Amino acid sequence: MSVEVETPAAVARDPRRPDPRPLPLVFERSGEGKIGYSLPPLDVPDTIGIPEALCRAEVAGETQISEVDVARHFTRLSQRNFSIDQGLYPLGSCTMKHNPRTNEEMARLPGFAAAHPLAPEALSQGTLELAWLLERALAELTGLPRVTLQPSAGAQGELAGILLVRKALERTGRARKTVLIPDSAHGTNPASAHFAGYTVRELKSNPRGTIDLDVLEKAMTDDVAALMLTVPNTLGIFEDKILDIARIVHAKGGYLYCDGANFNAYVGVAKPGLMGIDVMHMNLHKTFSTPHGGGGPGSGPVAVTQSLVPYLPRPTVERRADGTFFLDYDRPESIGRLRTFLGNYGMFVRALSYIAAYGNRIGEVARGAVLNANYIRAGLSGVYHLKYDGPSMHEVVFSDKKQSELGVSNVDIAKRLMDYGFHPPTMSFPLIVHGALMIEPTETEGKPVLDAFIKAMREIARECEESPDLVRGAPHTTPVKRVDEVGAARNLVLRWRP
Amino acid sequence: MKFLPTSDGERREMLAAMGARSIDDLFASVPAEVRRDPDLPPPMSEIEIRRFIGGLAKKNVNARDTAFFLGAGVYHHYVSAIADQMLYRAEWLTAYTPYQPEISQGTLQSIFEFQTHVCLLTGLEVANASLYEGASALVEALLMAERLSRGRTKAVLSGAIHPEYRETVRTYFSNLGLELVEVPVGVDGTTDARALAAAVDEKTFAVAVQSPNFYGVVEDWAAGSAAAKAKGALSVAVIAEAASLALLRPPGEGGADIACGEAQSLGVPMHNGGPLLGFLSCRSEHQRQIPGRLAGMTKDAEGRRAFCLTLSTREQHIRREKATSNICTNQGLMALASNIHMSLLGKEGLREVARQCHAKAEYLKGEIAKLRGYRLPYGGPTFNEFLVEAPEDAAGLLARLAARGILGGVPLSRFDPADRRRFLVAVTEMNERVEMDRLVAALAGRDA
Ligand SMILES: Cc1ncc(COP(=O)(O)O)c(C=O)c1O
Repeated sequence: MSVEVETPAAVARDPRRPDPRPLPLVFERSGEGKIGYSLPPLDVPDTIGIPEALCRAEVAGETQISEVDVARHFTRLSQRNFSIDQGLYPLGSCTMKHNPRTNEEMARLPGFAAAHPLAPEALSQGTLELAWLLERALAELTGLPRVTLQPSAGAQGELAGILLVRKALERTGRARKTVLIPDSAHGTNPASAHFAGYTVRELKSNPRGTIDLDVLEKAMTDDVAALMLTVPNTLGIFEDKILDIARIVHAKGGYLYCDGANFNAYVGVAKPGLMGIDVMHMNLHKTFSTPHGGGGPGSGPVAVTQSLVPYLPRPTVERRADGTFFLDYDRPESIGRLRTFLGNYGMFVRALSYIAAYGNRIGEVARGAVLNANYIRAGLSGVYHLKYDGPSMHEVVFSDKKQSELGVSNVDIAKRLMDYGFHPPTMSFPLIVHGALMIEPTETEGKPVLDAFIKAMREIARECEESPDLVRGAPHTTPVKRVDEVGAARNLVLRWRP
Repeated sequence: MKFLPTSDGERREMLAAMGARSIDDLFASVPAEVRRDPDLPPPMSEIEIRRFIGGLAKKNVNARDTAFFLGAGVYHHYVSAIADQMLYRAEWLTAYTPYQPEISQGTLQSIFEFQTHVCLLTGLEVANASLYEGASALVEALLMAERLSRGRTKAVLSGAIHPEYRETVRTYFSNLGLELVEVPVGVDGTTDARALAAAVDEKTFAVAVQSPNFYGVVEDWAAGSAAAKAKGALSVAVIAEAASLALLRPPGEGGADIACGEAQSLGVPMHNGGPLLGFLSCRSEHQRQIPGRLAGMTKDAEGRRAFCLTLSTREQHIRREKATSNICTNQGLMALASNIHMSLLGKEGLREVARQCHAKAEYLKGEIAKLRGYRLPYGGPTFNEFLVEAPEDAAGLLARLAARGILGGVPLSRFDPADRRRFLVAVTEMNERVEMDRLVAALAGRDA
């Protein structure tokens, strides 16, 4: 593929298509003799003490580029991204809320960013105390006694949680064979249960999109280790029979796992520990606003009930009677560890800073999120189909049922939204809604933005009727037009070659 | 609340438009018994947050204020100012996984470039968009090899792989019906080649070796690969100090089928151990079993070059329990940081950093070897980290040094309480000769 490398003022730009030319790869900007780094002179003898057979020649193909070129390259690349700071990013289940910038600065303080996880305990009291304080805050918010901060993201939290259940069951009898997961669940739930060694049994939701108590009662045998429940579920509907669900699961000696990706719907308003939930992961990059970073890093702490505490991953952070903190590796019953060191520590700093900003008023987060989702729901009802019309919490899942009759799909609608300056909703799940449009505005959007979004969605619905080709051909205003994803998978090009 | 843009008036208008009386009404499906206000302190202003969090930060020593020689999986390398400042740009920071390629070309192209850097450094053909960190990357590599083997049940690991990596593998493997054999270290500090070959059999799906290994000693990838190939297993190369890749023979040239590990050294600050940057690369014949996200090059509707996520039928959102991994969110922003860092250093810089790390470590190693009472237990070649045996309890010795502003190394008692006198010393381009001389003097008890 040939690339037209942009040179200053080589071509006048079309104002409607800001810069349609592909950007060169950083490797294609490279030129012999250019340098982008500087190092002090070597202050010791220049020796190589490794046999030549174990050494390599130069890294052929690597760049030669100046810092100026790097600055421009990555700045221009960034301009081809959509981000929360540009506008509404209502990606359902992902909780794309504003990321406070103080938190970025706090995480970069040398006492955290330049700290080493194996520094002596006496010189790490601040890092340990912060982890301990975050654990206490999350324990308070979940109503569960202990929390491990180790898992790197939600999916690893799920795995950790199910491994904890497994260990507890083994200790008191047998591990059991099955984990129950509703058909509305996120894909990581079954994948995590599988990697914990369980067979997944899918639970069919009732016509309201929630757990069918009869179905659960039948499926909940003494071979079931846990029910993995998302609360509220991925339709944004709270399981109002949560206490009955917990009773049914516990009666058979199973554990109630909560996928806490949607904790932002009730954080500070209600406590999972009071719902009968035994183990729950949270996504610090959702509810607690650590930035999504174009796909991570995240952090997936897991809160547990008392009976699971002995099995928590190693090490735990503990406080001595004299107020000093230490890492406890001496936990013979522990499941082990999910990764190196304490977890994605930089995210702990951001999350604690975020929780501190709200303090005892953190329930405003949930109230705002639920208000906004319901406002969008009210604004779009009747225009888009709502397969499950139970009360919405923090998100609402419409579908393209009406528009697909006109030959326009949820993907087309999503792409058209880009022309209106919004990020599309989630479409890949829940699988029980065909052609899903899962909309999560979050609490950090104000009324004018929501009004504009509702107007755009209504406008698009009208376009589907009056000029469906306009929608099917969207997006029209983005840096690239619709991208050939099928072609990408058929003709795999996964790297540049020198 | 400054993060909540809706005024009381607007809230009333919204409720009226929806026909609701109060926000509380919207929570009707949440049973009253489970509702509770949180017992937390009142909200803090930004100034108070800075005092609170800043106060905690001040209680830690950090690498910038000390003579710093800690490694063991996390290394203190220089990160150019521009690499970090670029991460503040909202377009990178506040976007998510690039599911919508038309408005995510920046992130997608950066992933594609990152994948290319990893391929060039490891000498393999395909790399993914990132994994959490080194230990779980090793798990993913082993599980990938297990799937490719179609029915084999045993993994052979060098005992010189980072102990927390091995512990992570044990945790993941504990319920999957897979067997794990760990091979001891030989006298020179490399994996005992004979024991390794003997441990591999027809049930073995992978042989994993780390280089430089946990003790800093450079291994020959070819030894692990030969042991694997002899029984039809896959060879997995583990890298915890990725700066070494610019100087040492790359895994791909040493016969490795999969390379995996930790790329924190290439542009990511230590962050007290996270976020780090896991990576995985492999031969192209195995690409359909790779875990995690992949960016591919394609075209848009007008024939322009464009990028998108690809081969997603391997992933959990489509394959659910049959996915190649449960990973969803990965380490996106760290992969961007690393792409910027590797691009800046480039061919010459990557090599120069590696050479400086090595030359400085050789100098320090030589000086410590001359000290009475100290011993270098292993004679094998090292890159930028080496093992020292002290004449006394290493943790106690290092604590005394730390009180004087020298973080002299990581005592192995951190990993095995019985290993009392040995400690690891790591050196990077950040260390000056005067600091190294101070460390040597302090070890000799000459600096009082
Ligand atoms: C409902 C739900 N569960 C689990 C996950 C997985 O979390 P993560 O991406 O942090 O691994 C997600 C997010 O993507 C989710 O939306």
